[in-house]
Amino acid sequence: MSEYTATVTVRLKAGVRDPEAETTRRALERLGFDLSALRAADQFELDLDAESAEDARERATEMTERLLANPTIHDHDIEVEPR
Amino acid sequence: MTVAVVQFGGSNCDRDTVRALTALGVDARQVWHGDGLPPETTGVVLPGGFSYGDYLRAGAMAARSPVVEAVGEAAAAGTPVLGICNGAQVGCEAGLTPGAFTVNRSARFRCEHVHLRVENADTPWTAGYEPGEVLRFPIAHGEGRFELSADRLSALVDDDRILFRYCDEHGRVADAANPNGSTGNVAGLLGERDTVAVLMPHPERATLGDIGSTDGRALLRAFA
Repeated sequence: MSEYTATVTVRLKAGVRDPEAETTRRALERLGFDLSALRAADQFELDLDAESAEDARERATEMTERLLANPTIHDHDIEVEPR
Repeated sequence: MTVAVVQFGGSNCDRDTVRALTALGVDARQVWHGDGLPPETTGVVLPGGFSYGDYLRAGAMAARSPVVEAVGEAAAAGTPVLGICNGAQVGCEAGLTPGAFTVNRSARFRCEHVHLRVENADTPWTAGYEPGEVLRFPIAHGEGRFELSADRLSALVDDDRILFRYCDEHGRVADAANPNGSTGNVAGLLGERDTVAVLMPHPERATLGDIGSTDGRALLRAFA
């Protein structure tokens, strides 16, 4: 067994509005910053003991699909690194 | 008929719901989620509130609790199940109903009375209304924006699974009458069986008449 960290990023699908991100962008603009867009995402770091990076990815994917992301509104990606 | 009103940590409409159902002559009681569904359960309400503090997403934690798994089995066996507000969020997160409820378009909590148009009066929940009838219900939510892809929404419309849409006082479904940016102004919908329904507005707060509306009575009478 080796130690891995799986980093799961969960973001809204393209086309799903993010009112909190829109509000944050407006606040940045009020502060005088210039930007074309702002997208927010949730990031989860999962520390796992696994047989292989593939095994760690498979388990992180299951956790993401079961709880961390809602497939109706979210896309996700997963990066696995040795810890 | 005993309606189990499932109480999670953070539920806050469970007592109101029991009171409203009791006033309609329905035997109802609060059931702590950790105790599971009582064997005499013949109906279930997932009530409003902020279960698990809305951690991760509103309803996400409660939707994966053992009691909601039991609610899903009861629903599949034909037991009436109604999700109100946070209970609607739980219902969608648990897959009892399609779609998702997420952050209001305004990014603000909305607490006010709204108008709803009855889209389908041929269900156990809406049999006491006329098709197209305009109802007045309270809402109180920050994450009530119904999200579903256009294709899937159109399939739901074709299957008559939309119960209520937000509208103005004349029954016009318009963007200005949409309090949260819900896709298609959808305020409530059915699961795969018409005995399963969720809605963001609060019928239990429109039952006793103390706060201005009794339009919710006919909906809750589905349990009578």
